[in-house]
Amino acid sequence: MKKLINKIENVVKEQIEGLNLAHPELNVSLEPRYVWRDTDQGRVALLSGGGNGHEPLHAGFIGKGMLTAACPGEIFTSPTPDQMYECGHKINNDNGILFFIKNYTGDVLNFETAVEMLHADGIQVGSVLIDDDVAVKDSLYTAGRRGVAATVLIEKIVGAAAEEGYSLEQCEKLARRMNNVSRSFGVALSACVVPAAGKPSFVLEDDEIEFGVGIHGEPGIERRTYKELDSLVDQMFAELIECPPYSRELREWNRELGEWQDVEVLTEEFESDCEYIVLVNGLGGTPGSELYGAYRRLHQNCESAGYKIARNLIGNYCTSLNMEGFSITLLKADSEILRLWDAPVNTPALRWGC
Amino acid sequence: MYVKKEHILAWLKDCAAIFVEQRDFLTQLDADIGDADHGLNMNRGFERVAEKVPSMEKQDIGTIMKTTGMTLLSSVGGASGPLYGTFYIRAAGVVVGKEKLTLEEMVNMLSAGVEGVVSRGKANIGDKTMCDVWWPVVDAGNVAIEQGFTLEKALELMVQAAEEGVIATIEMQAKKGRASYLGKRSIGHQDPGATSSMMMVQSLQRIVSAG
Repeated sequence: MKKLINKIENVVKEQIEGLNLAHPELNVSLEPRYVWRDTDQGRVALLSGGGNGHEPLHAGFIGKGMLTAACPGEIFTSPTPDQMYECGHKINNDNGILFFIKNYTGDVLNFETAVEMLHADGIQVGSVLIDDDVAVKDSLYTAGRRGVAATVLIEKIVGAAAEEGYSLEQCEKLARRMNNVSRSFGVALSACVVPAAGKPSFVLEDDEIEFGVGIHGEPGIERRTYKELDSLVDQMFAELIECPPYSRELREWNRELGEWQDVEVLTEEFESDCEYIVLVNGLGGTPGSELYGAYRRLHQNCESAGYKIARNLIGNYCTSLNMEGFSITLLKADSEILRLWDAPVNTPALRWGC
Repeated sequence: MYVKKEHILAWLKDCAAIFVEQRDFLTQLDADIGDADHGLNMNRGFERVAEKVPSMEKQDIGTIMKTTGMTLLSSVGGASGPLYGTFYIRAAGVVVGKEKLTLEEMVNMLSAGVEGVVSRGKANIGDKTMCDVWWPVVDAGNVAIEQGFTLEKALELMVQAAEEGVIATIEMQAKKGRASYLGKRSIGHQDPGATSSMMMVQSLQRIVSAG
């Protein structure tokens, strides 16, 4: 299978070197691997990370008004604690560091270890666990809902808050609230090819789609028959709005006691007549034109359900290598959220107002 | 008969060789129900461990196990990095200063490692994880102690338990990790983490019985 890569072992390193050449305003450490920008004094530092293969997430969102740093792992593999630990020390300016963690077993275990290590060095660390993927119904028999495309919106909004001077506590609270007002749902028309595997992770017939996929090339919650775009968007929209409040136990770091605490957290209800930020996100192998086709139908769905689209973002932001497919994210907004959304942002992959 | 320090070092090197050989097989198991990286990650982690073996030759078993754990923690990634890292670090805690281990001490060491894995990953019996191999392995070791078996015989029984544990994961529905998102579709597939754990137990048995 043809891939634009050289040696598999060097894929991530070479891509990060390329990013750095294109954006010399970012700094790169190769061993351990992390990307950062010089921190603003008096601002909370925002550190994200996860497996590679979701570009532009996360390194593409480093810049004024968004992230301070990102730790890229191998392809679809979470970064290791030493990356977040060293990166945390590099960007620490005594205003605290907020970790953005997508809910995957590997990410959670590695980030939690790094939180403990930084805490032991006297650094104030906060964390938000993002789990917006409503395709996963329960947390009892699974590792819980996955963190997917809402991550982009949450990093943007909290990035603006940090830029405005929100404290670590305020940023953390805001990030957790954003997570509880976000829902995403994804579908795949074809699988992606992980370079190390060298072949598609699954094969679909011409009239089949994987319904409810994450961002790691895995199959979805079920295989459905595909007819045409509009009915697919209708099915996705139904999944997004017809989901009851989701209660799960999340581990939150107690900075005073220096320990993890299990906290029962409930998502917020979605109502009509509220304003929403809408993200139609390509998974890497879908043309931008088709995403607009999907947005057209989504807009019709929102109108008939009384959901007001206050802002929209359409494009490839949280991808799954070359997977053909897309996801829809709805984030219930208020005036504070919209103000933060509209604030200037200047990163390689998201840029406005500057 | 003892598990000597030299056995532990040889075991780590042998694991590195196994994960070169089995890299693609483990990755394929992971492609079926996970994200197709387990073989690659184990290969990378144990390659780093093997590089450190020469510098560990003068250390005691506790230090060797701890260094191994820290190395895996910073090189494997994914869920298996912190889990295997924790396994070795917690195992190290009960063999500090030791140059050789009796059967009882070895089983005790593995048991401490498994407890560490459970406290991090919170797996339950039948969740289709590496613990579905480690629990029966430790149980077999404890039975062997009770029965007064030799170290060699005990390790044979532990390998048998590991192999049966892996087979048992095939019919399980994953409740932890990325495979859990597949629900019932995870049934019928052998768990990659359980498989790499089994390979480690097989290797330990081979090395120790070779003398």
